[in-house]
Amino acid sequence: MKKIDNLIIAKKKYKSRLIVGTGKYRSMSECAKAIKLSGAEIVTVAVRRVNIVDKNKPLLMDYINPKKITYLPNTAGCFNSKEALRTLRLAREIGGWNLVKLEVLGDKKTLFPDMIETLKSTEVLTKEGFKVMVYCTDDPLMAKRLENVGACAIMPLAAPIGSGLGIQNYINIKIIRNQTKLPLIIDAGLGQASDATIAMELGCDGVLVNTAIAKAKNPFQMALAFKNSVVAGRQSYLSGRIEKFLFGSSSSPKKGII
Amino acid sequence: MKKINKIQIKLNGRFVKIQDKTTLLSLLKKLKVPIKKVAIELNQTIVSKKSLSKIKIKNNNKIEIVHFIGGG
Repeated sequence: MKKIDNLIIAKKKYKSRLIVGTGKYRSMSECAKAIKLSGAEIVTVAVRRVNIVDKNKPLLMDYINPKKITYLPNTAGCFNSKEALRTLRLAREIGGWNLVKLEVLGDKKTLFPDMIETLKSTEVLTKEGFKVMVYCTDDPLMAKRLENVGACAIMPLAAPIGSGLGIQNYINIKIIRNQTKLPLIIDAGLGQASDATIAMELGCDGVLVNTAIAKAKNPFQMALAFKNSVVAGRQSYLSGRIEKFLFGSSSSPKKGII
Repeated sequence: MKKINKIQIKLNGRFVKIQDKTTLLSLLKKLKVPIKKVAIELNQTIVSKKSLSKIKIKNNNKIEIVHFIGGG
């Protein structure tokens, strides 16, 4: 038997390799239930202005206990380094969170990350003591540079955020896997549970899913499906798949054929 | 009668009139903001929660109060 197969990020161990986003749900209670079913121990959250007009608006922290689930503050919606740094410094001030997800977008249509700004921000945040999980393109050279400036996890996109297209560039993901010992987590673009299995079979350490669960017709069932698909993909990866052959090879012995 | 001076500040992007010499802590309490669950910025500088009672808000100050919400 293999020893316990934890996901380790910034020296902290997690049993689940599925990270989920908390956006786009129909309600807070739906979000909380889906997270519970997914088994995720880390959830991404956004930093936004408090609604000072409607004080009765439900608070995320009332539904998802940050003492039980790791909050991963994200810079979603930031389009330059300055905005991202400001957001994460505020996030740290809310509750002392050092583990953060950096996402600096470069294009409003594709939501692809601006890697120059992302690299700059990673370096600054790391020097300030943040543990930075970095949303990035699936470019192996850029992934290496992020690692060199101190990223604690590499999070390449599978496809544009919210597109549901699944992994588009297997080769690059495999190359990044091959070159880094850092946690490699597919972030963005997954559409169905099997996409997560493929990510795990490519050797990724985890996946981050938001839209595919939140916007599914039945988010609870999809949360469960993703939970199982990540486990299946991980087990499949660790088991060592068979070689591929061009021709058939029968499964039953030839000896004793009547 | 003692005249109450009012000042104008920008709070979370909206112009608001408050009483002069209000501290950040009393403003947050008046707004019923759960202090442990937010972060506060005064003129783009983060304010530590320990110093909220010491800081008096001045005219044209820009204050941001943020918290965590659902996001991807």
